[in-house]
Amino acid sequence: MSMATLTAPSAERENYLNQEYGIRSWLLTTDHKRIALLYLLSITFFFFIGGFFALLIRLELLTPAGDLLQADTYNKMFTMHGQVMVFFFLIPAVPAVLGNFLIPIMIGAKDLAFPRINLLSWYLFIIGGLFMLYTILTGGVDTGWTFYTPLSTQFLDTHVVAAALAIFIAGFSSILTGLNFIVTVHRMRAPGMTWSRLPLFVWSNYATSIIQVLGTPVLAITLMLVALERIFKLGIFNPQMGGDPLLFQHLFWFYSHPAVYIMILPGMGVVSEVVTCFSRKRIFGYKFMALAVIAIAVLGFLVWAHHMFAAGISLYAAMIFSLLSYFVAVPSAIKVFNWTTTMYKGSISYMTPMLYAFGFIGLFTMGGLTGLFVAALGIDVHVTDTYFVVAHFHYIMVGGMVMAYLGGIHFWWPKISGRMYPEAWGKLAALIIFIGFNLTFFPQFVLGYLGMPRRYWQYSPEFQVLNVLSTAGATILAVGYLLPMVYLLWSMRYGKVANENPWNAAGLEWMTASPPPTFNFDQTPTVTWEAYNYDELKEVPVER
Amino acid sequence: MSDRAPAIATHSPELEHHFSSLEQQLEASVMGMWVFLITEIMFFGGMFCGYMVYRYQYYSAWVAGSQKMDFRWGTLNTIVLLCSSLTMALAVRSAQLGRRKAIVIFLLITILFGLGFLGIKGIEYHGHWAEHQFPGLNWAWPEANSHLVALFFSFYWAMTGFHALHMVIGVGLVSWIAYQAWKGRYHSAYYTPVEVVGLYWHFVDIIWIYLYPLLYLISHKHISG
Ligand SMILES: [Cu+2]
Repeated sequence: MSMATLTAPSAERENYLNQEYGIRSWLLTTDHKRIALLYLLSITFFFFIGGFFALLIRLELLTPAGDLLQADTYNKMFTMHGQVMVFFFLIPAVPAVLGNFLIPIMIGAKDLAFPRINLLSWYLFIIGGLFMLYTILTGGVDTGWTFYTPLSTQFLDTHVVAAALAIFIAGFSSILTGLNFIVTVHRMRAPGMTWSRLPLFVWSNYATSIIQVLGTPVLAITLMLVALERIFKLGIFNPQMGGDPLLFQHLFWFYSHPAVYIMILPGMGVVSEVVTCFSRKRIFGYKFMALAVIAIAVLGFLVWAHHMFAAGISLYAAMIFSLLSYFVAVPSAIKVFNWTTTMYKGSISYMTPMLYAFGFIGLFTMGGLTGLFVAALGIDVHVTDTYFVVAHFHYIMVGGMVMAYLGGIHFWWPKISGRMYPEAWGKLAALIIFIGFNLTFFPQFVLGYLGMPRRYWQYSPEFQVLNVLSTAGATILAVGYLLPMVYLLWSMRYGKVANENPWNAAGLEWMTASPPPTFNFDQTPTVTWEAYNYDELKEVPVER
Repeated sequence: MSDRAPAIATHSPELEHHFSSLEQQLEASVMGMWVFLITEIMFFGGMFCGYMVYRYQYYSAWVAGSQKMDFRWGTLNTIVLLCSSLTMALAVRSAQLGRRKAIVIFLLITILFGLGFLGIKGIEYHGHWAEHQFPGLNWAWPEANSHLVALFFSFYWAMTGFHALHMVIGVGLVSWIAYQAWKGRYHSAYYTPVEVVGLYWHFVDIIWIYLYPLLYLISHKHISG
């Protein structure tokens, strides 16, 4: 039974995992590291639910005829795929799991500023998740993840209110996490940990928190108004009663465009940490990297109406929003250039996290550049509501964020679990995911460009070849996602025991034990060095 | 080592383990509440935004709806809330000075003002309900622009309703800290909860300061048409 623990002397030392046992010690914990693991379990659960819907969508689209699913069922599948993946996986993914675990350690604090509110936000997530499960199990919802009115308020007879409530509640979980991070970064930094010494992972989660705190409440009240409109038959967004559906879209995208950055900025933070570590170099242009994430967060609030170019907003408004959308490309490009420059003449080792970082940089660049296509008025009118848009945002959200999330999970797995993951399996899975992803989504760029509209359960036969490719890719992708789940679980018992700093990486999180003690450090560290001081680190051989 | 010493020196039962001093704890808590209030501004901001869009589009319906408000109740409630803010501020001041009795008394008066506000709001709500001014459920409007005035009342109920919900939560919070104060939990070195709940209370007041003119005081001389 306990062979593994007996043979490993370092596992005997008291840490956050073995300090207390029992379900109670987990459900009532206020330790940010344990809460991070609670989130890890919960979002993995929702990831596979959302993935299941995705697989059904791809299976239906294997043939042009609507044979596997009926139109109504198909509508529910893509709606719930979107809602589950966006609100119950992508938004909490890096912040609530990796951010929760790492931010206090990275700044040399014992915990987040408000440990009980941290636990509360996990419970809110679970309550929201239960509402979502209730929605799914009692017949689903088919508004599209966007809840567009008056479709969602006047014409549908599905569980719109329950789904809106689910996202409303999960939204407050996200708000409280953001609030906690902001106050923690401002008030809990260890002596010497100045703003200009913060790891970029902390900067990008800080920028994300700003969006969560400013944007999410607007989504909350908007969904609340939709729910009230349905319950009390109000006319707030109903054109027949004087209401304005465009007002809904403005309010919705005021949150939901910045929400895209909630789903990418934390990933950029992960990539910055990984790229520096496996290039053995300080990040190129630290200040620009830090300012770029803040700039993306701020600019992100000024571009929402680019989702409404075809919805009937004025041409002048559209031109301004188009121009502002282009501005976002500047800080985004700075990120990509600086990662590349960091690698230039670095001594690169191709470990699993680095492979994911490569994947992120390439796919994010693709997603970002096609974002410029759809931000251009003329092209957008051509590709609006086609698979081009679907491919574009999946390159950002899956190609970018999920890659970064998995890269981060592998990078910090020794710290989280105290064990190494099996490197060969890690590389294999990363490769399978990269191939599966591109095979799934690259054909969708072509499909969209050729004019295949999104959100239909059947299509004309000339699109079939590309759709078959896409479905085949999705199957490969599914295998790639299952693999890490298996070998990471395996490694928790049988993996090689990790030392304090298996990657020989810079950063406070690598200066405490793996897994860390409950209060993170035996004594509060004092920081006297700059971030990513790889030139000052003693070169010791990296554990493989 | 050296940075641990002051933590031990100032260690008191109120200091949570992850803070190094009571000062840091107070600063973090106050900042947390400020950030939370910013989220509240954004939350109400969505409704204010919708209100402004439709008020601009359907001004005459807004005037007609506003004329159904009893501005005497609204004014009285504004005064009640301003007084409650004063007593709340006095409670915080008493906490800073460590006067236990004064904290409890001022908080109790604040609770009374809060309940008074909710009572008056209840009377108004009852009146609107009796006159069929609840869109969807209980709505009757004799004139042609019925659906537009209904829009006004949708915002009236949603905005004042969410405000009243915040008041109920506020009364709950104030009652809790009043109980804690009565048990002697606060003294001049530790009064964080009083300060933080005070901020929340003032914020809910300020929301009303905006709701009052927007809902009750739209051009009373102007005849709808
Ligand atoms: Cu957007």
